[in-house]
Amino acid sequence: MSYIIQGDTGDWEVVVGLEVHAQVTSQAKLFSGSPTAFGAGPNSQVSLVDAAMPGMLPVINGYCIEQAVKTGLGLNAQINKFSVFERKNYFYADLPQGYQISQYLHPVVGEGIVTVDLADGTTRDIGIERLHMEQDAGKSMHDQDPTRSFIDLNRSGVCLMEIVTKPDIRSPEEAGAFVRKLRSILRYLGTCDGNMEQGSMRADVNVSVRKVGEDGYRTRAEIKNVNSVRFIMQAIEIEAERQVEIHENGGEIVQETRLMDPVKGETRSMRAKEFAHDYRYFPDPDLLPLELTDDFIDGLRKTLPELPDAKKQRFMDDMGLSAKDATTLVADRESADYFEAVAEGRDAKKAANWVTNDLFGALNKAGLDITDSPISAAHLGKLLTLIDDGTISGKIAKDVFDIMWETSGDPEKIVEEKGLKQITDTGAIEAAVDEIIAASPEQADEVRQGNDKAIGWFVGQVMKATQGKANPQQVNQLLREKLKG
Amino acid sequence: MSKLNELTIAQAQDGLAAGDFTAVDLAEASLAAAKAAKDLNAFITLTPEIARARAAASDARRAKGEALGPLDGVPVAVKDLFCTEGVLSTAASHILDGFVPTYESTVGRNLIDAGAVMIGKTNLDEFAMGSSNMTSYYGPVKNPWAGPAGEDLVPGGSSGGSAAAVAARICPGSLGTDTGGSIRQPASLCGIVGMKPTYGRCSRWGIVAFASSLDQAGPFARTVEDAAILLGAMAGHDPKDSTSAPHEVPDFRAAAQGGVKGLKVGIPREYTMDGMPSEIQALWDQGAAWLKDQGAEIKEVSLPHTKYALPAYYIVAPAEASSNLARYDGVRYGLRVDGDTLDDMYANTRGEGFGAEVRRRVLIGTYVLSAGYYDAYYVKAQKVRTRILEDFTKAFEDVDVLLTPTAPNAAFPIGAKMDDPIAMYLNDVFTVPANLAGLPGISVPAGLDKDGLPLGLQLVGRPFDEETVLRAAKAIEDAAGFDALPKYLGGQG
Repeated sequence: MSYIIQGDTGDWEVVVGLEVHAQVTSQAKLFSGSPTAFGAGPNSQVSLVDAAMPGMLPVINGYCIEQAVKTGLGLNAQINKFSVFERKNYFYADLPQGYQISQYLHPVVGEGIVTVDLADGTTRDIGIERLHMEQDAGKSMHDQDPTRSFIDLNRSGVCLMEIVTKPDIRSPEEAGAFVRKLRSILRYLGTCDGNMEQGSMRADVNVSVRKVGEDGYRTRAEIKNVNSVRFIMQAIEIEAERQVEIHENGGEIVQETRLMDPVKGETRSMRAKEFAHDYRYFPDPDLLPLELTDDFIDGLRKTLPELPDAKKQRFMDDMGLSAKDATTLVADRESADYFEAVAEGRDAKKAANWVTNDLFGALNKAGLDITDSPISAAHLGKLLTLIDDGTISGKIAKDVFDIMWETSGDPEKIVEEKGLKQITDTGAIEAAVDEIIAASPEQADEVRQGNDKAIGWFVGQVMKATQGKANPQQVNQLLREKLKG
Repeated sequence: MSKLNELTIAQAQDGLAAGDFTAVDLAEASLAAAKAAKDLNAFITLTPEIARARAAASDARRAKGEALGPLDGVPVAVKDLFCTEGVLSTAASHILDGFVPTYESTVGRNLIDAGAVMIGKTNLDEFAMGSSNMTSYYGPVKNPWAGPAGEDLVPGGSSGGSAAAVAARICPGSLGTDTGGSIRQPASLCGIVGMKPTYGRCSRWGIVAFASSLDQAGPFARTVEDAAILLGAMAGHDPKDSTSAPHEVPDFRAAAQGGVKGLKVGIPREYTMDGMPSEIQALWDQGAAWLKDQGAEIKEVSLPHTKYALPAYYIVAPAEASSNLARYDGVRYGLRVDGDTLDDMYANTRGEGFGAEVRRRVLIGTYVLSAGYYDAYYVKAQKVRTRILEDFTKAFEDVDVLLTPTAPNAAFPIGAKMDDPIAMYLNDVFTVPANLAGLPGISVPAGLDKDGLPLGLQLVGRPFDEETVLRAAKAIEDAAGFDALPKYLGGQG
């Protein structure tokens, strides 16, 4: 599904690469023991190391390394047994050390692949260039006081992974699908919560355009710090249009850093001063190179959970789900787990229908997450069993579902209490059928004269008389026997 | 019996154990000597309250029969590069004005745990950058030794105050740091013992960083035995410093008594320098003869890359310093000089806060790390460093320890060499290689020059083999019988 911009001089395609900054899920920071919880009071999670007091030294948090290596394994990537932390030197008020400790020439993770699922059911492989670890800076607040800026160092030193793709992305849709897929993998692994609203994930978007069929890449621009999937897609559209226009008017693209303004719907150049850094990278002499053993890596490999691609395949192969349902269900681990709990010992396809249609529909409408679902997987499973064993009809089940949604109740109890049990006692149904036939001689004649459609009317009458509880198949059969038999 | 402030650590320990005097007596004697020698400017801050409290606590322990060891109750001075809890810590820089840490360096903590009694924080070259103690914001330190015409001399640097305090008999021991010779060179110029242990032997946590891959804490004392006692208390693995080595600390004091019989001592031929005073060459030869007389085998060795050590050092050290000193930005602590913008504030603060030598090294360091120059300077210097380490490794296949002069000159007048940074940098020509290679080195006073000024000899050993270095140093000390006294003794000069 190609994304083409039609210009006056021909068709253009976009070339996009992403640098995703993902905050590592860990109790403590990358080089200090300070906590990392979101939302704490300003400067309440700052150690002497985080504030760069004189004489303080970084010590690597081994758990953060495990998380990065796990992520690398989850991205099907090369794990580098030798990596180096370097200093990226620049001055800013929220960067206490005057340098950021980051990996540069020797990242901990090398090339990998992420397979993304597109809306038309196809997939595409997006190459991963590298993953490196680095510490976050603090936060500057310029809006707290008319003349002063305030600094919050809670984030200072928090461990980030920067995941860099190859320039393999060719449309806003692919970029969105990649970020969603990456977020899904990170959440499965438990290495990043993927929460873009809280800043746990953000992306720098590198965009260039070229004529369709053209080899090589043209000059790119980098849009910094985009913090939602929607804005990433929007930024690519806007920036690509801007570049095409410049090319077509004979202009040159400047390699620069730009900022996305979602309100105005434009990207604009950052002042040269804000990015014209010579970072003077050099290996941090306070830290030894990081050397990993095969045992360490293999040990982590054994702890990896089943990841979305494998799970999707299993749902299709072993459980007979459609690609569409399987993709929807594996998008996040909680949904997949929920579905599996519902499907356990039951018809998987029916379970998938109820989860993806009824439950997801209700959740979407209410703006709720699967983890907030008022209906537990156990209860939904029970509901399916009630349909399956004939206790209630599929139609009644929808009503029971609505009650479960409202009350979080157990479907068995709901059916019991509301008297919704399907009537399967032939005698009771027969009495109802006889009554209706006796009361409707004209309609009965129509059926007898061969108008099958009229049977439907009888079915409706019987169901109405039994408040929908009669087993519709039995009703149908009895009517046929009595009117035509 | 000597005055209390003139005792060695071992003597003080014996007297305390015998009950001849108390730790409080020792502390008072040291404080009085420090006050009397105020003219030396060896201290930036005296800590009489802390000294008296720790001395009293030491006496109380001893009274209960719970004395901690050879340093319990012994007065020491601490270079003001070490962060000390609740005590102004300046690095001799204007930029750390008013900075009082809430924490104690690991080495400082180790000494407190050993019962040592801090009497004050000593003067130094600003951020430990210098070989004369002339770059201190708090003014130069005077060497307790005076020139032939009574002129004031530098004590060397950067740990000039710590060296002067021990040489002037203010206290028996002190803490220094050595990045390119900052313990050994002032020890030589002040006529005392100064040791830089192996890189990683002492924790760097809580010491204001100059050049992280070279900085190492070490002791000053008047005898090799005392230096061994101090080092034993300072050293040890620290999980808070990733470059600190997970090695057991041997009994250095016992090791120093081992003698040199059968020891192979290397004389590196490249350490003969053009223009070096003949008396330094003569003393060096004498040192080799002393060791030979005590049963050591003397062998000439070659360290072919020696001449590249100083240039490589003056790339690596400023590069690391330029980055280490970036944190002094006026935002969180120390001096802040306001400006209209953030950048103005940085420029004003750092322009006023750093002295000329620090600014020079930050500029050099920034330059050698810059895009386009990094490979030509920093990467090349690191390659040189590897070659220098290889030289030593090869030499130590043939010999156990190396003997060299400590410095190419004796103490020089205050104010000399200030117009020529290169001449000043040459003071470290013999000491810098051990820092680049991370090796342990010691300077021992071995004789006097024609002007009656002390000269030291340096011993350099294999990584984590301080024991052999101390053995050889003790042999030089015994043979030299250095007993000359400086002009200022506890201020009574």
